[in-house]
Amino acid sequence: MDYATLLQILDSTLRLATPLLLACLAGLYSERSGIFDIGLEGKMLAAAMATGAVAFYSGNVWVGALAGIGASLVFAVVHGLASITFRGNQLISGVALNFVASGITVLIAQAMFGQGGRTPPLDGAARFNPITLPFADALGTVPVLGPLYREVISGHTALVYVALAAVPLTWWVLYRTRYGLRLRAVGENPASVDTAGVSVARLRYSAVAITGILCGLAGAYMAAGLQAGFGREMTAGRGYIALAALIFANWLPWRALAATLLFGFLQALALRPDVIERTLQISIPVPALDALPYVLTIIVLFGFVGKPQPPRAGGEPYVKER
Amino acid sequence: MTGDTNVGRQETAAPAIELRGISKAFGSVQANKDISIKVARGTIHGIIGENGAGKSTLMSILYGFYRADAGEILIHGRPTQIPDSQAAIRAGIGMVFQHFKLVNTFTVLENVILGAEDGPLLRPSLSKARKVLQDLARDYELDVDPDALVEDLSVGHQQRVEILKALYRQADILILDEPTGVLTPDEADHLFRILRGLKDQGKTIIIITHKLREIMEITDTVSVMRRGQMTATVKTAETSPEQLAELMVGRKVLLDVAKTPATPGRTILEVKGLRVRDEHGVERVKGIDLHIRAGEILGIAGVAGNGQSELIEVLGGIMKGSGTVLLNGEPLDLSGRASDAESRREKGVAHVPEDRQHLGMILDFTAWENLAFGYQGDPAYHRNAILMDNDAMMQEALGKMERFDVRPPIPTLQGKSFSGGNQQKIILAREIERNPDLLLVGQPTRGVDIGAIEFIHKRIVELRDAGKAVLLVSVELDEIMSLSDRIAVMFDGRIMGERDPDQTNERELGLLMAGVDNETAA
Repeated sequence: MDYATLLQILDSTLRLATPLLLACLAGLYSERSGIFDIGLEGKMLAAAMATGAVAFYSGNVWVGALAGIGASLVFAVVHGLASITFRGNQLISGVALNFVASGITVLIAQAMFGQGGRTPPLDGAARFNPITLPFADALGTVPVLGPLYREVISGHTALVYVALAAVPLTWWVLYRTRYGLRLRAVGENPASVDTAGVSVARLRYSAVAITGILCGLAGAYMAAGLQAGFGREMTAGRGYIALAALIFANWLPWRALAATLLFGFLQALALRPDVIERTLQISIPVPALDALPYVLTIIVLFGFVGKPQPPRAGGEPYVKER
Repeated sequence: MTGDTNVGRQETAAPAIELRGISKAFGSVQANKDISIKVARGTIHGIIGENGAGKSTLMSILYGFYRADAGEILIHGRPTQIPDSQAAIRAGIGMVFQHFKLVNTFTVLENVILGAEDGPLLRPSLSKARKVLQDLARDYELDVDPDALVEDLSVGHQQRVEILKALYRQADILILDEPTGVLTPDEADHLFRILRGLKDQGKTIIIITHKLREIMEITDTVSVMRRGQMTATVKTAETSPEQLAELMVGRKVLLDVAKTPATPGRTILEVKGLRVRDEHGVERVKGIDLHIRAGEILGIAGVAGNGQSELIEVLGGIMKGSGTVLLNGEPLDLSGRASDAESRREKGVAHVPEDRQHLGMILDFTAWENLAFGYQGDPAYHRNAILMDNDAMMQEALGKMERFDVRPPIPTLQGKSFSGGNQQKIILAREIERNPDLLLVGQPTRGVDIGAIEFIHKRIVELRDAGKAVLLVSVELDEIMSLSDRIAVMFDGRIMGERDPDQTNERELGLLMAGVDNETAA
């Protein structure tokens, strides 16, 4: 494989890892607070649809993204009500919301546009457009690192950089702020937070809201960054892959970046069967390559990759008791 | 706020805490009924009572977990509303719960500042807390490594973290709920020294406990609760354990177990080189030798988590192990196909498990069903090859409940409807009436009222007198010392030593429980 091809694959890796990373960090906040959220997929889907529709009408991708965040937050609040206020089963709530999102997005898109459940193609300011970082062209002539900067680091849409920046930010919030301390505590032992005079419900709602916002960004990126419009089931299980990445990452921000980059890399490889054939000298059917990220997901969920240590109070509604 | 004309005058000598007419009901159950007490500043006040007497409810009201239906709380003479824990902390109340409210994956420092941070960023709070902890450690013997993870600390140290949490929040009233339940005698002594130090600094301390000896040792005054009511408040110096027990239960109670010296016969159980690993592969029992003869109670003392649970569960067929165990001279299968509870029962081993609500019974099932569990294969319970004979089981259940004084004696009630003591009587009735050669009994009186303790102890001694072998595992030293004919102390999966209960004392056993062997050290 030549250097140019490698750079192309790495470039795709970053693009494809972005929605996974946003969703994975989304899940991290919720699960660190003790609320399991299998509904990342549904929230992304709802956000993608809302972004596609509103960006099309307004012609402004940021207005569309705001609408996407709004849609995702609605789902997040419903999940919060079910799991925090009404102490329901978090898995069932998440699965139910995924089904609702899967149906309702197509229904609304069809009612609005009549294009078979899709939103109309976006272009111009209704899409996230690539940003060329400073000196990308000037530095491009520097051997090895220059092309890396120009082809892989530079030239992505804003949300790619937002997602990357969210990793150190999340780490800082978790380990350097009061909010992070309380967030980690409430996911490990909510009674410790409660007896310290801090509201468990308020903390968990705030975490679930952050999850909603990040899933909203992930969905907006799907519809207006990676693709140009919403299409039925366009998230294609990315919400679940993000969950697997979260387990793989052991609920740690930097490892979430590593895990989602790995999944993104596998997805990028699936786009270039020719490269694999040339490098490995064997022909692998494209569907088998497409399946790779999902196969890795199953391997991760089987627990083959180390023993995960989930937040100890995860999945259990908090009931005040002595 | 209330316009009480006396407020001004009370300020000078106002009690730290005064409760006036506190009442609280859960549905039809009146947990607290018109309770009034005063606790003077700078004293240690004990509250005793049986389970369900309402002690914990009362303290939960003080800490803002529940709101009283009626009544008034005065802190240092000022009427105070305590709607939540935040309000309790503001009023200067700190609480050390029986089950610690710590985050195990956090450091001591992080646990201390949680909820009491000074600002949105952690760094300033952490360095301030580090200094404060140093001062507290020096003043009150409250030494804990501030950077240690809580899960790596001993139970005694974890409790210190809880006390530090309260002091860091500048509590001047400290409530401790059953503080010594999980401590070794040495750790308990240390705790009492800390509490006396705090008292000398003018802090007010309330201790909830069911251990009469501790009340006598540490408190200045003591209040007794029975069935939601405060039945008496007395000066500790002017009362006796016997009087307090009578006030708690409402009748005279025999505190010591009446038993004659053992007359041991042939060896029933012989254990050689027993080893047990838990599900994580950690060795919990590291080579144990012991034997029990007919007509003898062997007590296993030790701090919880030193391998006693694994020992009793392997003998009961619940866990697997390696080594040799002979029952009546015949080897038991420790790891093969016959290493299950059913095979043990067939061989005459009865098991009253430590965790009675999970292993001993099914709480959602009725008493008559629970009285047959483990023996459901008995032909007496079957009409024919397929159908069970519910009438026969019900008849038998009635008899067992009567003989073991289970209250209420209604076989159709669910297991969870019975109090802890009566649940234990149901399990004991089931196991003892099978007339086993060996009875394994773990924590027989944990969470059981004084009145029921007396009954349960009597039954265990009766079984011994009938020529059976009993293996008793308990973290209550009092219980071990009064019931056992021989005492073996376990520490870190090994037997540290064996003692005769008449020729040892709590001090010596406590050292063994902490892993210190005097004989080898000397």
